[in-house]
Amino acid sequence: MSHGSRKTADDAGDGPAETVERVSGTGIPVRGNDVDTDQIIPARFMKVVTFDGLGQFAFFDQRFTDDDEKKDHPFNDPAHRGATVLVVNANFGCGSSREHAPQALARWGIDAVVGESFAEIFAGNCLALGMPTVTADHESIVALQEWVDAHPDGEIEIDVAGETVRYGDHELAVAVDDAQRTALVEGVWDTTALMGANGAAVRETAESLPYVELDG
Amino acid sequence: MSGRTLYEKVWDRHRVATLPTGQEQLFVGLHLIHEVTSPQAFGMLHERDVEVAYPELTHATVDHIVPTASTERPFADGAAEEMLGELEANVREAGIEFSGPGSGDQGIVHVIGPEQGLTQPGTTIVCGDSHTATHGAFGALAFGIGTSQIRDVLATGCVAMEKQRVRRIEVTGELGPGVGAKDVMLTIIRRLGTDGGVGYVYEYGGEVVESMDMEGRMTVCNMSVEGGARAGYVNPDTTTYEWLRETDAFRDDPEEFERRKEYWESIRSDPDATYDDVVEIDGAAIEPVVTWGTTPGQGTGISEPIPDPDDLPDDERDTARRAQEHMRVAPGETMRGYPVDVAFLGSCTNARLADLRRAAAIVRGREVHPNVRGLVVPGSQRVKRAAEEEGLDRVFAEAGFEWRGAGCSMCLGMNEDQLEGDQACASSSNRNFVGRQGSKDGRTVLMSPTMVAAAAVRGEVTDVRELEPVEVQTA
Repeated sequence: MSHGSRKTADDAGDGPAETVERVSGTGIPVRGNDVDTDQIIPARFMKVVTFDGLGQFAFFDQRFTDDDEKKDHPFNDPAHRGATVLVVNANFGCGSSREHAPQALARWGIDAVVGESFAEIFAGNCLALGMPTVTADHESIVALQEWVDAHPDGEIEIDVAGETVRYGDHELAVAVDDAQRTALVEGVWDTTALMGANGAAVRETAESLPYVELDG
Repeated sequence: MSGRTLYEKVWDRHRVATLPTGQEQLFVGLHLIHEVTSPQAFGMLHERDVEVAYPELTHATVDHIVPTASTERPFADGAAEEMLGELEANVREAGIEFSGPGSGDQGIVHVIGPEQGLTQPGTTIVCGDSHTATHGAFGALAFGIGTSQIRDVLATGCVAMEKQRVRRIEVTGELGPGVGAKDVMLTIIRRLGTDGGVGYVYEYGGEVVESMDMEGRMTVCNMSVEGGARAGYVNPDTTTYEWLRETDAFRDDPEEFERRKEYWESIRSDPDATYDDVVEIDGAAIEPVVTWGTTPGQGTGISEPIPDPDDLPDDERDTARRAQEHMRVAPGETMRGYPVDVAFLGSCTNARLADLRRAAAIVRGREVHPNVRGLVVPGSQRVKRAAEEEGLDRVFAEAGFEWRGAGCSMCLGMNEDQLEGDQACASSSNRNFVGRQGSKDGRTVLMSPTMVAAAAVRGEVTDVRELEPVEVQTA
C-alpha cells in the first residue's frame, strides 16, 4: 500500500451524498422494551474484520435453538420475508456501541426503524448508515405492530421530512431528531466529508488546548 | 451570568464548528481503539484512500478477544488471531502507539488509559466502546462511538455530536460497611431507569462520590451507559490529581503536572453552575445491591424481595416477567441463597487493583465453594503485576480461584471464558443481558467485587456483610 499517495480527509470531501427522504416497504415487529445489542447480534459473531455477512446473525439466539432449529421469531416468519421497516418498543438498541447491530439489521434488509425510543449510540450508528430511527408513543407503536401482524404484505411509508408514517388508512405523526432529519433529507450524513472540510479550524482548536501535543 | 458546568466548559474548548446538520464538530483529544470495532473503520479509510489525521493522539490495545490463559502467538482461536493481526497491521501503518500483548501494558482499554496517565481532566476521549464513559471519573468528557464515527475520528480528529443536557446526581451522606461504588451505581440505575439518562450527561457528586477513590469513581462512571447516559463524570479534585501524579505522564515531570493542574482546576463545574436536572440519593440508605433480572436496572437490595411484575409500572411488567422466567426467580423471595456456578471477578467496571484488594480481603483464609468455578481476570497486565507484588494472586489461588491474564474475558464471552448451558454467574461486570456471558441460557447476577467473593465462598448469593474481611498484608 503506497503511503505517499494517501489523502487527508479534506481532499476526500465527496463521500456518498444520497438523500433519504422516504422509506417504504412492508413491516416486521420485534416486541419488548430494552432489546439490547447482545440480542440484536451476539458478541461471538463479531469476531470478524468486516461487516459483510452479518445479516444472517441478526437476533440469532432468539431465532435458533442450540440445535439450529428455527424458533418462533418474526425474523424467521416467511410472512415477513422482504420486510424493510422494523417496528420496536422502548429503549431499543441499548447496551454496547457495536455498529455491528445496525449493520446486521441493514444487511438482513431493514431500511428504517420505527419505535417508542432508541438508545443514543444505536440511533447514531443507524444514522451513519442512512437508516432513519423515528419515534411515536407507546399506543401508536402497539397499534402499528398489530397492523403489521394483520397485514404482513401491507406497505408502510415513512416520510422523514414530513415526520409521518402512513400505513393502510392511517397516518401517524412521528418524531425525527432534528439533526437526523436534516442529515437524511439533505443528504449530509457523511460526517467524515463534512468535518474533513474544516481541517484548518480543527488544527487551530487542537493548538489552543493546553494538553494537546501534536507532531510537527 | 450563572456559572458553567464542566461539561459546558470542556465542550466549548473543543468545539470546532457547527455542521450543516445542526450537530457540532468536536475535537477529540484522545482516541482509544481496540480490535473489535476498529478494523472496519480502517477499512473505510482505505476505501477512501485517507490517512489517519492524528496518530499521536490515538492509542490502541487488544482486550475483547484476547485469551486469558495464554497469550502465546498465534492464538489458538484463529478468528482472534486474525483480529489482532489486523489491528497490528493498522497501527503499524498509521504509526499509532500500541499496548499489545507483549508490551507488559496490555489490558482493557478503560483500565490502561487511566493507569498510563492518558486519561486526564478536561480532555475529550472517545472509543468504539460504550464503556468509554469510565474515563469521566477523571473529569474528562468521554463517550462511546460507533464504527462510522471511529472512521470520522481517524480521518478528521473530530466527532459530530449534539450537545446534551446535564443531570447532577448528588449522593449524600456516608455509605455503610460492605457497601461500595457498584452498589451506588446499581441503585442510581434502578432509580432512574435504563433509559433515564438518554439525552443527558451525568455529573456525579456529593459526599459519597467525593470520598470515593479513583477506582470507585471509575466504577460509577463506567455504568453511566447502563443508565442510558452516554457519558458521566466527576469533577477533578485532590484524589484525581494524586492518581495522575503517579502515572507515566507526570511521574518524571512535576513541572508539567503543575501547569496542567491549572487547566484541570479551571474546568471544574462552577459552584453556581445550573443543571437541567438534579437528583439526590441518600447514600446511607444503600445496601449491597444485586440484580434479579436481565437488565442492569432490575436490581434489588440484598435483603429486599424481588418485585412482583404486577406491582411494577405498565411498561416494565413484560420485561420483568420474561426476566424472572429466564433467571428462575420468584417475586417475594430475596436473592440471598440463589445458587451460583461461576464467580467472575473482572471487567472494565471492577478489575482494578483496589477492586482486587477488597475482594481478596473477603477471600483470604476461605475457600471457593466446591460447586463454583471462580475466575479472577485482572483489568490489565500492570494490575496483574501489581497484585502479584502484593501477593493477591496467592490469596486467590490458595482459595481456589483461577488467576488469569488481562482482558474483557467473561464480561462478554468473546474469548474462551464463557458460561456453559444455564450456569448462574455472580459477576462484577456491567451487563446481565441474556446471552451476554457467552451462553444464551446463562444467568448473570451483577454485584460488587466483594459480593462476588462472598458468593464464590458460599456457593450462593450472599450478603457480604456476613463475612468478616481479613485485610491482606501488602508487601
